[in-house]
Amino acid sequence: MIDKKWIGHELPVSVIQIERSRLRFFAKATGDTRALYTDPATAREAGFSDLPAPPTFLFAAELDSGANDQLLAALNIPITKLLHGEQGFTYHRTACAGDTVTVRSIISDIYEKKNGALEFVVKTSRAHNQHDELVAELRSVLVCRH
Amino acid sequence: MPSLTNAINPPSFDSVQIGDQLPALQLPPVNRAMLALFAGASGDHNPMHIDIDAARRAGFADVFAQGMLGMAWIARLITDWAPQSTLRRFDVRFLGITHLGNAMCCAGRVVEKLEYGGEPCLRIELHSANQFGQTKIVGEALVALP
Repeated sequence: MIDKKWIGHELPVSVIQIERSRLRFFAKATGDTRALYTDPATAREAGFSDLPAPPTFLFAAELDSGANDQLLAALNIPITKLLHGEQGFTYHRTACAGDTVTVRSIISDIYEKKNGALEFVVKTSRAHNQHDELVAELRSVLVCRH
Repeated sequence: MPSLTNAINPPSFDSVQIGDQLPALQLPPVNRAMLALFAGASGDHNPMHIDIDAARRAGFADVFAQGMLGMAWIARLITDWAPQSTLRRFDVRFLGITHLGNAMCCAGRVVEKLEYGGEPCLRIELHSANQFGQTKIVGEALVALP
């Protein structure tokens, strides 16, 4: 059982530098060959300051920082039992290469289904850029299967 | 005014009809190299996706795809059709594990015109399924086309 005392828990702050090379790697890994996501000149022509981070990219922030691993350890969720149940993004502006994005998350809910065979952890996050402008809000539902 | 689009012929809000389908995005079959690349690019180093020995010890027959890889593919479907700068929300539920060899097809359909955050938006139902018709991800997006 995941202790419900963790509801309201704030994760350590995660800071991700958005870099061209990482965005190109992400484009390659997702099979994306569009110039907008790999060529800065094309991105600027399209009105962005540099390569845009694609819609799901910011999920990397808490993986890179280790905040996600720390959370799983604290909640005693083995990685072998972890599944991703839901993921949501609300967008306010596009983060681009050269931006520094800070992600702050809180555990907003913990619940179970099927008499505890499945436990759910809801994490909500806010991502701001270096100008303290809200870039995106994220909502993740992690599932621990027993 | 620079073009904010990456789509060749981005639709306009008025030109879009309820029921319109987004051009489907067909992906190649999932292989181990894809999963390794996405692990590196996304920051998700969970061994269930890249280490068959670890996956077997955890009771899986083999490694399986990261959920966020499937979501990133659906993001490509959306931004192939509408500029990323018009994307307001993007929410998915992961319904099943995407296995090696699964060739995912991402599809979307306009289901509603509504007002969100003070601007007219389109609600798009999203879905990805493998070649056997098994749905792996469902979701929706809100897009504020000009």
